[in-house]
Amino acid sequence: SISIQVRINQSSSLSSSIIHVLFSVPRNYDPTLHPFEVPREYTRALNATKLERVFAKPFVGSLDGHRDGINCMAKHSKSLSILLSGSCDGELKLWDLPKRKCVRTIQAHDGFVRGICSRFCGTSFFTVGDDKTVKKWNMETPGYGEREEPLSTILGKAMFTGIDHHQKDATFATCGQTVDIWDEQRSSPVRSFSWGVDSFSCVRYNPVETELLASCASDRSIVLYDMREATPLKKVVMKLRSNTLCWNPMEAYFFTCSNEDYNLYTYDMRRLNAPVTVHMDHVSAVLDLDYSPTGREFVSASFDKTIRIFRKDGGHSREVYHTKRMQHVICVKWSADNKYILSGSDEMNIRLWKANASEKLGLLSPREKEAHNYNQKLKEKFQHHPQLRRIARHRHLPRDIYKQRRELKEMLGSRRRKEKNVIKHSKPGSVPVVAERQKHVVNVE
Amino acid sequence: AVPQKKDPFPGQAPIPVERVKKFVRGDVDKVDALSAWIGQYTLLMVESAWLDTDIWFDILFSLLQYFNLNLSQFGPYRLDYSRAGRHLLLGGRRGHVSCIEWQSKALISEINVMEAVNDVKWLHNEAMFAVAQKKWLYVYDSKGVELHCIRKFNDVLRMEFLPYHFLLATASSSGFLQYLDVSVGKEVTAIGTKMGRLGVMTQNPHNAVIHLGHPNGTVSLWSPNQKEALVKMLCHRGAVRSLTVDKTGMYMVTSGLDRKLKVYDLRAFKPLQSYFLPAGAACLSLSQRGLLCASMGDVVQVYRDVWGTSVKKPYMAHRVRGAVAGLAFCPFEDVLGVGHAEGFTSMIVPGAGEANFDGMALNPYASLRQRQEWEVKTLLEKVQPDLIGLDPSMLGTVDRATWQQKHQERVQALGFDPLAHEKFKPRRRKKGRSSSGAVEKRKRKVAHEDQRVKKDKYYFH
Repeated sequence: SISIQVRINQSSSLSSSIIHVLFSVPRNYDPTLHPFEVPREYTRALNATKLERVFAKPFVGSLDGHRDGINCMAKHSKSLSILLSGSCDGELKLWDLPKRKCVRTIQAHDGFVRGICSRFCGTSFFTVGDDKTVKKWNMETPGYGEREEPLSTILGKAMFTGIDHHQKDATFATCGQTVDIWDEQRSSPVRSFSWGVDSFSCVRYNPVETELLASCASDRSIVLYDMREATPLKKVVMKLRSNTLCWNPMEAYFFTCSNEDYNLYTYDMRRLNAPVTVHMDHVSAVLDLDYSPTGREFVSASFDKTIRIFRKDGGHSREVYHTKRMQHVICVKWSADNKYILSGSDEMNIRLWKANASEKLGLLSPREKEAHNYNQKLKEKFQHHPQLRRIARHRHLPRDIYKQRRELKEMLGSRRRKEKNVIKHSKPGSVPVVAERQKHVVNVE
Repeated sequence: AVPQKKDPFPGQAPIPVERVKKFVRGDVDKVDALSAWIGQYTLLMVESAWLDTDIWFDILFSLLQYFNLNLSQFGPYRLDYSRAGRHLLLGGRRGHVSCIEWQSKALISEINVMEAVNDVKWLHNEAMFAVAQKKWLYVYDSKGVELHCIRKFNDVLRMEFLPYHFLLATASSSGFLQYLDVSVGKEVTAIGTKMGRLGVMTQNPHNAVIHLGHPNGTVSLWSPNQKEALVKMLCHRGAVRSLTVDKTGMYMVTSGLDRKLKVYDLRAFKPLQSYFLPAGAACLSLSQRGLLCASMGDVVQVYRDVWGTSVKKPYMAHRVRGAVAGLAFCPFEDVLGVGHAEGFTSMIVPGAGEANFDGMALNPYASLRQRQEWEVKTLLEKVQPDLIGLDPSMLGTVDRATWQQKHQERVQALGFDPLAHEKFKPRRRKKGRSSSGAVEKRKRKVAHEDQRVKKDKYYFH
């Protein structure tokens, strides 16, 4: 309904009447009043894509304070503002993320801090180190005058390389020479799994099927376990060793492992004969990865000094973060509110990045939200047009990585061309066509 | 001083009381100047059958809309209404250019450019207008201040402004069609049409294609992306006198020296209707609601629904004081503006204008703030001239041709077709379970498989 306030000047001559109509905006959606819908929307989508690149400033800040390279990080299970990080000189630091300050420093181990995990209740956390100990610490800062002491210390037979805690029960798993399941009350493992393997680098509990575990072994394999069984379940052997693995928090039959052959592989735990997706884009060994709490994307940290964000089913990364000052990135975490990425590198800094590089942080007004949603939808609608794709995909890379990437692409291209030529010039059917994903698994046991 | 003609019947004409009764509430004895004036001008309405029903319209507003401007000194007048319909630009052949806010009759500016004026056109808002003068193209501010003299555009006869592209298309007497981008001030393209003097021009508001009429009876369609015409149609057996296109881009109305008025379907380029006129209509104009106005000499005729059923007689007719040079319907009002040799006449044509405007698009009642925001938004979504073509929604269609080409290349590279699959052959069952009906039923279950996007199959980017 239109509200019109009409004021007519009561002057002598009719021709000098002035009418002021005060506003509410009437709408008429007749398409003939709005011509050129598609070209105008296309222009708006183009502007939105360009502005997204203009506002893409992902680096938020850095946490400075460690005196040696950061080896591992852990999120607090209940709070968004606390981060735990362990460095290569045995130091453990607790950070207040909003203030970007270290609130507590503990000399936890002699040698590297190999793994940290926080307990599901959020009151304590566990660390493992090179000195063959598992230590349990209180999450609360000790009072004035009290010394920094672990709640309990467990001495093991060999060095531990990783730790992960169960989602609900008071059990945790460590990996080193064997994968051990511990009860918090006992000082020796409840169960020990091994499969003729030298060492394990990483162990992770499945967040949904809480009795399942997976670990990365040094014989280039990934082993699946069930806590209730006596022996490991299954093993898939690949061409090169995996460094870490992470379960998809939403679709927990998928896990992704970061491999030394510059790729990441997503497997379905029910079908280990071939990975579901091969994620290719790094130019050096991939060291760590973490899934977003939505389960739709994950972030990977690599020896090539970059962090890449992949979509869960994307063969190539959607985003790459790098800085001149950031050297080899050892560990990476995606914050539990889906907004930030934390990366720890071997030049003693932890960096805080935005998960969406051009996102405006803070509270948005309803108009801003609406404009943002409209722009997102427009970009999605026209994403396949070549001009927009070109702009949206464009990322600046350091020269070395750009050249290395080009070289790898050429190598891969020539390999594929050779395969195609072999197929083309042989008797049809004599040479099998092998998909990319089938090429990476050696064996499933 | 120009000698004034003396009115042999000075004062108001006597008014018949019955006519006044129809439009005045209350006591007829108290007939004042207002009602007298209404009574006189209801002559226009009485002819039409459509208006025999009692319609109450706001007397005050309609009165403001009917007026005459006697400007007999400066030649036949060309006119242009601004896009929202508030402002009117008049350009007399002998150099008089004025812009007025016609509803309140407020004169914004008035200048004499001291040169012949061929055409006048508003640019993207009511702050600037372009005047095609004898030699070059000039751009003026709404206050009459000369902003630009563009010498590259010479001998311009007709101009058309493409609002969503910010392009001013000009047709010159030397056969050149030139496009000027008014937001950056650069010439986009100059096309040598090689078709002689371009004196007849109009735009298709649906797809921003320029229509030109030629002395050999052809109408050609142009876009800035091609040096040749997109389409050439033979419309008349003599020269094309004038043409116009409706806002949906479906119909084109042309009139020629062969005394015919023809209506064409622009999607299929086929003739729909053909009418006979006593003379070729010098000016044509289509309103937002589909009323066609044609002028022959000093007579202006309005027709309803020319492309539907065959029209037998005009909806309205009016004789103006001089030969008509310019004709335009005001966008959101029921008003027709006629520029003629003796000045300007604004006529009321009921049902011509779109009653419901869209406040977010063209808003005649926009405040200053709304106008500023609108200008910024339209500039940001200015469409590039590359996208002008016969089908404006071409970008929204699926590009099947590229996919097929890439698929063919892939098949050639591999030596086989990776998307090819064996035709589904249902198993033949025993005991009568393999009747033709049952087999067809089994086939139908799998028929949709072709449409499914399988994860293992590739698709191109």
